[in-house]
Amino acid sequence: MTTIPKFDQVKVGDALKPLVLPPVSRHQLALYCGGSGDHNPIHVDLDFAKKFGFKDVFAHGMLSMAFLGRLVTSYAPNNKVRKLGTRFTSITWVGDVITVSGKITGKREENGEKLIDLEVKCTNQNGQDTLQGNATVAAA
Amino acid sequence: MELDKKLIGHTFKPFTTTVEAGKIRLFCKAIGEEDPIYSDEAAAKAAGYRGVTAPLTFLRALQADDPNKGGLLRLLNVDIGLILHGEQHFEYFAPVVVGDKVTCQEKVVDIYDKKGGALWFVVQVMEMKDQTGKLVAKGRGVTVVRNPDAAKK
Repeated sequence: MTTIPKFDQVKVGDALKPLVLPPVSRHQLALYCGGSGDHNPIHVDLDFAKKFGFKDVFAHGMLSMAFLGRLVTSYAPNNKVRKLGTRFTSITWVGDVITVSGKITGKREENGEKLIDLEVKCTNQNGQDTLQGNATVAAA
Repeated sequence: MELDKKLIGHTFKPFTTTVEAGKIRLFCKAIGEEDPIYSDEAAAKAAGYRGVTAPLTFLRALQADDPNKGGLLRLLNVDIGLILHGEQHFEYFAPVVVGDKVTCQEKVVDIYDKKGGALWFVVQVMEMKDQTGKLVAKGRGVTVVRNPDAAKK
């Protein structure tokens, strides 16, 4: 179970334990298509993807954002997460190996709550960021 | 292709959906999430939740329960093969758990283009309220539309 981060023990610059994921597979995209309700064929139907100018199907941005969510909730419990946001900066292709990483960028108090700000991102096997995001969690 | 900026301010019809355990289970399988708070009621309650909990980004899956799904694309008259997800942001006010009835309301708040109209950006905000009327989350998404006419030039 994820425990609540302790405000006094957290230092700006601290890194989260990264999450290294198995290569994105077509099967995973099919599961995410059903699981997310995002039925856009561009993620699962090669013929459709090619018709719209892509070399192959590619991962839903929200699949990668779910990986950011996994990282953040490995650091702080789900009910302590106040914000999670991201820009989708490049496409994630089938076979890409995504590493999810994060670091502490700030500590502050707002409305009597101790908050920790994080930078989180997904990076592919070539070192290219695919998602650049941020999160805010409440600390104890 | 040019998107109609007069659609800024368009509000979609709200809808209500029930948070289902089976949907969360499939979502977790797809994303590789194995924390039992998302599958086991006893584990979730032991961790301080009201019930089996929705993963952070499952909110977008609730949004996909809209009976008028695809409304944005119909409004813009854009083919689904031309869109990409540009940004997504969530603010969380309370966890959503299995059995909750969540009412979602979406609104278009901005439409603009870049690269001389080669790419269009549609910004939407969403509010989610639970069965008691309490605001549980807010979302802000940016949909990118690739202009097929720009590719032909």
